[in-house]
Amino acid sequence: MTGLYIHVPFCAVKCPYCDFYSGPYRRETAQRYVEAVIRNLTAYRIGDTVDTVYFGGGTPSLLSTAQIGSILETAAPCLSGDAEITLECNPTGERGDYFRALRRIGVNRLSVGTQSFSDKLLRLIGRRHTAQQGIRCVEAAFAAGFENISCDLMLALPQQSSALLAETIGVLTHLPITHVSAYLLQVEEGTDLSQDAALLAQCPDEDTAAALYLQAVSALEAAGFAQYEVSSFARPGYESRHNLKYWHCEPYLGIGPGAHSCFAGRRFCVPRSLERFMAAPRQEEELLDSAPCDAQERLMLGLRLRYGVAEGALSDAAKRKLPPLLKAGYIERREDRIALTARGFAVSNAVIGMLLG
Amino acid sequence: MQSELIRNFCIIAHIDHGKSTLADRILEKTRTVAQRDMEQQILDNMELERERGITIKARAVRLNYTAKDGNTYVFNLIDTPGHVDFNYEVSRSLAACEGAILIVDASQGIEAQTLANTYLAIEHDLEVVPVVNKIDLPSAQPEKVCEEVENVIGIPAMDAPRISAKLGTNVEEVLERIVTDIPAPKADPEAPLKALIFDSYYDSYKGVIIYVRVKDGTVKVGDTIRLMATGSEFTVTEAGYMTTDQLVNTGTLTAGEVGYIAASIKSIGDTQVGDTVTLADNPCEEALPGYRKVNPMVFSGIYPADGAKYGDLREALEKLQLNDAALSFEPETSVALGFGFRCGFLGLLHMEIIQERLEREYNLDLITTAPSVIYKVTLTDGTVQYIDNPTNYPDPSTLSLAEEPMVKADILVPSEFVGNVMDLCQDRRGTFKDMQYLDDTRVTLKYELPLNEIVYDFFDALKSRTRGYASFDYELMGYAPSKLVKLDILLNGEIVDALSFIVHADKAYGRARKIAEKLKENIPRQLFEVPIQAAVGGKIIARETVKAMRKDVLAKCYGGDITRKKKLLEKQKEGKKRMRQLGTVEVPQEAFMSVLKLDE
Repeated sequence: MTGLYIHVPFCAVKCPYCDFYSGPYRRETAQRYVEAVIRNLTAYRIGDTVDTVYFGGGTPSLLSTAQIGSILETAAPCLSGDAEITLECNPTGERGDYFRALRRIGVNRLSVGTQSFSDKLLRLIGRRHTAQQGIRCVEAAFAAGFENISCDLMLALPQQSSALLAETIGVLTHLPITHVSAYLLQVEEGTDLSQDAALLAQCPDEDTAAALYLQAVSALEAAGFAQYEVSSFARPGYESRHNLKYWHCEPYLGIGPGAHSCFAGRRFCVPRSLERFMAAPRQEEELLDSAPCDAQERLMLGLRLRYGVAEGALSDAAKRKLPPLLKAGYIERREDRIALTARGFAVSNAVIGMLLG
Repeated sequence: MQSELIRNFCIIAHIDHGKSTLADRILEKTRTVAQRDMEQQILDNMELERERGITIKARAVRLNYTAKDGNTYVFNLIDTPGHVDFNYEVSRSLAACEGAILIVDASQGIEAQTLANTYLAIEHDLEVVPVVNKIDLPSAQPEKVCEEVENVIGIPAMDAPRISAKLGTNVEEVLERIVTDIPAPKADPEAPLKALIFDSYYDSYKGVIIYVRVKDGTVKVGDTIRLMATGSEFTVTEAGYMTTDQLVNTGTLTAGEVGYIAASIKSIGDTQVGDTVTLADNPCEEALPGYRKVNPMVFSGIYPADGAKYGDLREALEKLQLNDAALSFEPETSVALGFGFRCGFLGLLHMEIIQERLEREYNLDLITTAPSVIYKVTLTDGTVQYIDNPTNYPDPSTLSLAEEPMVKADILVPSEFVGNVMDLCQDRRGTFKDMQYLDDTRVTLKYELPLNEIVYDFFDALKSRTRGYASFDYELMGYAPSKLVKLDILLNGEIVDALSFIVHADKAYGRARKIAEKLKENIPRQLFEVPIQAAVGGKIIARETVKAMRKDVLAKCYGGDITRKKKLLEKQKEGKKRMRQLGTVEVPQEAFMSVLKLDE
């Protein structure tokens, strides 16, 4: 079973911290882009059953439901009946009609870029919506028939205090949602944020950021959202099937400029150029790895999951390094499996590096 | 060659007073090098020497000068090293000359180093020709400087040439003085060969090239020579003189001349600076005076940052040793650093130079341990040991007497900084001996100081307390009893042998605290807390803690882009190569280096 990722490279406004590939939205360009996606879908002859589709971005909700529908229609011959079809959207404006139309064309999961429910923090990081708009958007989506809604939650934002975070999580967990993606703000090279010394100076330090992360984990867990991956939380049964493919080394095909794939035995990405993507009969592929999903990679990815990996999959050298990690509470042993704890996740680069190094 | 037409001389100057510039001008004026071929500072041809503006190896150049008296003279300009670390080499170079040009900066006046080398020249009966340089500077005070030379050194200087080597002003006057003031060599070409080795270097085609001053006799190609200190004998393959860029094989060298000898000599160890060369079948009766074997005074462990480069390091040290008999090294092992070498140096500058050359010319990444001097310990059973590696310091319970090497130090300083310098010397356990005013503004201070107090950072500290105006010179004077202790550093409860050192008991606490702080700054936070402790004889006297890291995570999955995570892992692996794994603690190279400079 294959996952399908469609990268929609348009944004009304670029967020200062974001380094995903996207450019300004124009109606004609969007249409040419959609045609190129459809052309590629046909060209790839996927063959396998597609059981997840994920429209990521950029801002996929800038596309019309007709455009999204035409893409899904092209993929339809491969789609399984119970496919998880996710679309990322920004909480701007009342869009009940739009959501209802999305449901009709088969989109059954929404990922809403709420990020925070503090207007002060939203303004600071350059988001264009308010806390209230975030809440209304989720409620409208739910009312339109979306039962599977995920919200983004950003941690370690400038000026973010423990109290502000608690407030945001309080709002979040009372919304009719099933899933939360909680991630720490990462300062990416080349973004506007990386140039904004004044704002960077207000970012929490390492210790505070870690504390905020751990606070989010326990608050979400307490509200019934179980952590199943470093930054993913879900009510039972609502784990993102699409994202799990990444961690399980299952195949996924990414279409669109900047999209990544692990498909037909190769990892590759598409150059970050909308023009080139639209001009090519079939998208260019930059090969990243011609033999992916080896044992090392499976461990690296598997250890990001709360489910962890079979202890037997570890090298002898790695097994010898377990005792201090267990003792310090970075990992735990569950029957024959080894898994990182929340504290372990906070330092997972080092822990995984140690076990694989 | 008629020895009356030979002049052998060297140039004495403080760093930056213009020695190399004057040498360049002299070479230019005597047309030894064409103007267009002039690369500035021809004599200092080692990259490092040019950068630091100092001379490390001695060199000699022959030039011809037609004087106003109509005669053409042969000048042998012998360039000497200019640093206290190389005092012995300086003395041998001086012994090859009849005269010395003393350059004094017209705005700076006499400095300690100039003074020390001038006295050394006078001791060797050299005719000292003072020259006042940099008269083009607005701050130049040539009259005052000449007066100072007369008062302080006691040689006539009022008619000293006032020159600007930079602009070429009055350089000819210097050349005439060389002819008129410096005596021709007194030499007997008929006597048995007696030649002084004042430097040598290894040439991969000709073997060791020795630089000699022939005092008596003649040597020619085909002769069998004997090196008197080692007794080894060789057949001369080349004999001749040096220009700025080549050796000219004339086949013979006679009394009074300065030149080179090649004799297929394999090891520089055979050609000790200061040794006497004679003929095997007609040897001279006694060797020239003043020879001594050069002994390293400062030791440190040198380890490759990457253990796999051990072989490369050995090769590089062997190559450097070909040209540097004063460098010693022997293999040693450290629990913390693996395989490396304990290296001996003449002094700190020598040590820095060797380290820099290893890194630059041989592309090695090094970890060095704190420099140590040689301590003398007497055990309770009466045996005496010399300790150059703190790791080998005996258990205090078996120790009956510990002694450390002492030096006599001369410090020349503007009077306004005398207080600062005295505080510094006091702090470094110095004993005040004497203070003299050179003139109204400058003072010479004499102190006895433990060598181990000056090997770390004394010179830097001196400079920073005198805004760079102090100059400093020292000589070894022997051992004195001292209250020494071995200070150990523990990371996560384990002693790190490479960080141990020997220190005076009164200093142990302060230094322990500083080291612990430095290590804390330089050891990155890791998964587990790292306690840093400093201990003397098992007693903890300082403690710091590197807290465990709290956050190190890439949180978001970028639409299935796992390349960043993989790159991160690779970067971690790369980073680990620059780390030393000590038990569960990862210690970066910088941490080892940071404890070498504590005074910052």
